[in-house]
Amino acid sequence: MISQLLFLLLLSTGIFFFAQRIGVIRRNIQSGRDWDGSDRKAERWATMARVALGQGKMTARPVAGVMHILIYVGFVIINIEILEILIDGLFGTHRIFSFLGPLYDFLIASFEWLALGVIVACVVFFVRRNGLALARLTSKELKGWPSLDANIILVVEVLLMFAFLSMNATDSIAQSRGLDHYVPAGTFPISSFLIPLYSGLSDAGVMAMEQGMWWFHIAGVLAFLVYVPYSKHFHIILAFPNTYFSNLNPIGQMDNMAAVKKEVDLMMDPQADPYASAPATDGPPARFGVKDAPDLTWKQLLESYTCTECGRCTSECPANQTGKLLSPRKIMMSTRDRIEEIGQSREANGGEWKPDGKSLLGDWITEEELWACTSCQACVEACPINISPMGIILDMRRSLIMEDSKSPESITTMFNNIENNGAPWAFPAGSRGDWTQEV
Amino acid sequence: MAHRGRFPQEAEVIGPKKYNHTMSSFHIPTMAEMTAAGKAPEVLFWVGCAGSFDDRAKRITKAIARILNAAETSFAVLGQEESCTGDPAKRAGNEFLYQMQAAQNIATLNGYGIKRIITGCPHCFNMLKNEYPELGGQYEVLHHTQFIRELIETGKLRMSGDQPFKGRRITFHDPCYLGRANGEYLAPREVISKLDAELMEMRRCKQNAMCCGAGGAQMFKEAEPGEREVNHARTDEALETQPEVIATGCPFCNTMMTDGVKNANQESNVEVKDIAELIAEAADLLETPAS
Repeated sequence: MISQLLFLLLLSTGIFFFAQRIGVIRRNIQSGRDWDGSDRKAERWATMARVALGQGKMTARPVAGVMHILIYVGFVIINIEILEILIDGLFGTHRIFSFLGPLYDFLIASFEWLALGVIVACVVFFVRRNGLALARLTSKELKGWPSLDANIILVVEVLLMFAFLSMNATDSIAQSRGLDHYVPAGTFPISSFLIPLYSGLSDAGVMAMEQGMWWFHIAGVLAFLVYVPYSKHFHIILAFPNTYFSNLNPIGQMDNMAAVKKEVDLMMDPQADPYASAPATDGPPARFGVKDAPDLTWKQLLESYTCTECGRCTSECPANQTGKLLSPRKIMMSTRDRIEEIGQSREANGGEWKPDGKSLLGDWITEEELWACTSCQACVEACPINISPMGIILDMRRSLIMEDSKSPESITTMFNNIENNGAPWAFPAGSRGDWTQEV
Repeated sequence: MAHRGRFPQEAEVIGPKKYNHTMSSFHIPTMAEMTAAGKAPEVLFWVGCAGSFDDRAKRITKAIARILNAAETSFAVLGQEESCTGDPAKRAGNEFLYQMQAAQNIATLNGYGIKRIITGCPHCFNMLKNEYPELGGQYEVLHHTQFIRELIETGKLRMSGDQPFKGRRITFHDPCYLGRANGEYLAPREVISKLDAELMEMRRCKQNAMCCGAGGAQMFKEAEPGEREVNHARTDEALETQPEVIATGCPFCNTMMTDGVKNANQESNVEVKDIAELIAEAADLLETPAS
């Protein structure tokens, strides 16, 4: 009874902190500008099914892709086991699903194989990150917390799987000794190799070890639940809404700013009254482009929380490959760090955001990074969960030009040429058709 | 770096020229002329700024025009009435300038009742196809490689018996704004396949193709500080296939790859040519002037 209460307490504490953190992130994401993703529902579900559920873009890099799918499938399937643990914990039962008989044996066996797969994949990932030190996993934006975060996740996953297998190993020892409560249930293709580790224990020792591993496993899972939304690992949840709200247009299509269209229409309209007062609008006029994180759409902020810092974008970026400062991954990380900071300050101020004189563009992301982008969309194509770092880069250029009139001199010249001659170079518009006389 | 913020190759006197019909083997009408004569072409050939002003790109433009003429396609150009689509302005952040350009171009195109457009520039292609519709410009837009494929498939354009590219090693550099941006990887490759050449794919091609370095208004500015030029890195990837020809489908890629080949001192071994130029050399183009 005490253990059931303890379990309930542990479970509700975990869920409470998880829910609290989700609330904060939700408010942060919702502080972004409007974006309408309510259209094309069937296509959206299909995209989510293909890209997130089906891991459709992961195997573009075969080693990482296959390993990732192992962990993903392991994570999803082993959650069936978590369901049993929850019921056992709350009602004081032991292996409540064992009445399923052969099906139960099959399930337990497959969990064990998957647990082994997860361990192998995590070890490979750990080695790639720390031993082989692949360029995209050791770049400078990962120094410190991002790199530690990644390693914590890998180590915890291995520990959880080891606890799960040890729990099964000690359970099967208890079963074979005919100990109280330990009904014969499950087959243990992997954990049977761990039996020698625990077979020296007394009956009480085996039961204590089995219970200990059970508690360690579930407590670990709940701790992980609380940890995940503070971590890049949050992609395990956000990948689903993020891919649902994927850009469904051709990726070369950049949005037309509605506010600009209104002004251009007015300018082109011969009937327009130049002295008419501006129509009343709600609140101050929106800024052109993006200077700070709340100028982004909620979808872009969602993308920043979804990013798991894999760096496929950066490793495909031609600017980054040729040694420029730009790293699309860093654009996403900076965006998330900034909206986090704003969110924390807002929460501390009772929901009111007091400007702190800083901004995403300038304090986190520099002009040099933005001007290195060739808008080639390689980062968008490379992202396994359809994030667009390029969208943020181009939106920030809009702020640089339209709010601050800041551009490299040659870009200003290009603008002037287009304005004066209708071409980015200084050729007279009248000579545009001259080539037709040379065919 | 020398090739950045580049000015187009300029060999001719800037300024208005007298119209001289005899210089051309055939006449390319403007929409204004056609409309005055009470006629309407099947397609509008949207030339683009590079294709109109850059000497190297003009050779591509002329190749496209010769192909259209040989296939007896009824086409016209806007001539002086064409203006920049606004792509470099928009990608550099100047939405106002872009939308002004778009409004002007859409007014011109809609004024002539244009339905179908072909263009040799993937940046213009992307703007006309994807970004103008919302502003009131709805057209069927084809990249020249898509249109050439159509001409070959419908038998309007035939390859000559000589096959000047037979067995030659050709690699194709995917333009970002045709490939990734719009998912068109097949048309240029199908057109190249008509040359009976050996198509050597680069290690990174199609969805994974590396940019030439010109997009996003980079063509008009100095590169940011770094270790290398993007176009030199991409040209190296093309040269790995040991090509005789690097085929392109974008005037800006063409400039960048040409510069890259020079940088690698390979200009005597490797040519950079647009697919339209390859086809114009290989196809059975009629030499008789059109009426």
